[in-house]
Amino acid sequence: MADAAIGTRTIPAEPSAWSRLKTNRDWLGAWFMLPTAAFLFLFLAYPLGLGVWLSMTDARIGREGIFVGFENFTWLYDDPVFWLSVFNTLLYTAVASVFKFAIGLYLAILLNHHLPFKAFLRAIVLLPFIVPTVLSAIAFWWMYDPQFSIISWTLKELGLITTNINFLGDPWNARWSVIFANIWRGVPFVAITLLAGLQTVPPSLYEAATIDGANRWQMFRHITYPMLTPIIAVVMTFSVLFTFTDFQLIWAITRGGPVNATHLMATLSYQRAILGGYLGEGAAISTAMIPFLLAAIMLSWFGLQRRKWQQGEADD
Amino acid sequence: MSQTGMDYLMSTPRRVVTIYVPLAIIVFVLLFPFYWMFITSIKPNEQLVNLDVVNPYWVVAPTLEHIWELLFETPYLSWMWNTMMIALVATFLSIVASVLAAYAIVRLRYKGAQWIGGAIFLAYLVPPSILFIPLSLIVVKYGLWDTPWALILTYPTILIPFSTWLLMGYFKSIPFELEECALIDGASRWQILTKIVLPLAVPGLISAGIFAFTLCWNEFIYALTFISTPEKKTVPVAIISEFVDGDIYRWGSLMAGALLGSVPVAIVYMFFVNYYVSAMTGAVKE
Repeated sequence: MADAAIGTRTIPAEPSAWSRLKTNRDWLGAWFMLPTAAFLFLFLAYPLGLGVWLSMTDARIGREGIFVGFENFTWLYDDPVFWLSVFNTLLYTAVASVFKFAIGLYLAILLNHHLPFKAFLRAIVLLPFIVPTVLSAIAFWWMYDPQFSIISWTLKELGLITTNINFLGDPWNARWSVIFANIWRGVPFVAITLLAGLQTVPPSLYEAATIDGANRWQMFRHITYPMLTPIIAVVMTFSVLFTFTDFQLIWAITRGGPVNATHLMATLSYQRAILGGYLGEGAAISTAMIPFLLAAIMLSWFGLQRRKWQQGEADD
Repeated sequence: MSQTGMDYLMSTPRRVVTIYVPLAIIVFVLLFPFYWMFITSIKPNEQLVNLDVVNPYWVVAPTLEHIWELLFETPYLSWMWNTMMIALVATFLSIVASVLAAYAIVRLRYKGAQWIGGAIFLAYLVPPSILFIPLSLIVVKYGLWDTPWALILTYPTILIPFSTWLLMGYFKSIPFELEECALIDGASRWQILTKIVLPLAVPGLISAGIFAFTLCWNEFIYALTFISTPEKKTVPVAIISEFVDGDIYRWGSLMAGALLGSVPVAIVYMFFVNYYVSAMTGAVKE
């Protein structure tokens, strides 16, 4: 192309179709988008639609379903196990998210002080988030063992309890146990992201506030918190979304037991669809998660909008 | 940069109480499960099932028996191999696709680029736990069932949205003038991408790659649903489904397996922790 342009001084001819394909932005854009579009369409958009369709059929494993309208949903409406899973999912998400936020923010503020070995500390704090969830969940499974739990042993040695705690055998104990494991895993992500946010707050704001005689709480309330709000909105949306749709932690520790006490909607849909073979019903349970996810996405959207507004639209 | 700017005025005892003690407690809780995995994997069986012989926080007469058993009497090495191959290929495919998409959205600014950027962001929010049922039908239909390709081709849907988003940030930070000069000199878009933009975006490529790799290693529900032959499984799935003999859990080997399965990710991450953190913050800042 370069040599064609140099030397010849003739009036440029109408560009050929091929060169237009190579230079026209819209066409080029389409070519560049092709691999991504193919992946996302074949393995994301299409299955998403298929899932909604499946939820309105009576498909089973090895058998094409026929359209049954909202029958699966009316059936689920009368199913106490489904409602128990909805309750568990909401409890799991709400409690874990609140603690992840509180501990994560606290840890971020602690890590934002002048500390020796700061980089190293930051690295090890992130470990629970990096290690595959199932593998760390197995460690919790072992620590929650009814007979050989190190937690029970320690509490007994300290004289706080006399018999082993039945961590995973009792419904409420099991719920708190999996929630704890989830918080353990999620805190590092929240903490490290908020720490990065804290580091973008200009120190001059704190200096000015100090001169004005603000105390630590006032500085947090009127400087740190407003500056962090957009990041908090994004991080917490992700955190809520991933907690709500969690599968692996529950599957590794309790598989929904004891007596469905820790089934989340995701684990219940796996059990019904893949283990039980009722694809339509399982798909209906997954589809029932969509309204909740949409709510979380809306929150995130408004969080981002607000950030744009704070930074000035031109930054985009 | 400190939290208050007046940090250094705090007295040492006060710092200990308000910073070091809480920090130590949190770090202890965050790291304890790893210590416990490690200690379990080298403990002789009699110490595992009787906590009163020796202090369970310590180990007397450590043994490599569990690790030996794990490596040579189970298909653990082939599970590691599967996981590694799947993660590497899926990461590679995703990065290629993401680079092209991110470049097109940021620099070509074709019609609807903004809109498509938004759609890719939304794709990140569609969780695997609502896709695995229809995907399992699709995987069967495409003839990918019980092959590594089922995972290699489905993982990019999780990896591409985040990588694209992250790379968009990197591409935006590369001065546009460099590209303009090249365009005037007659370079094609492809030449600009491979010769100018990519070399400058190496840190971004590394962080996207690490993120994608760790995510693949962590993926569970697709691997659980799409692979049924025990030897073809990935580490997380194999560990929890193949390690139970009736009611007896081989805790030592199970913990060794969990620990060793974490090692590749931990190594990758230790080398690139700074890229990783800047990647996460970069993505949040976008």
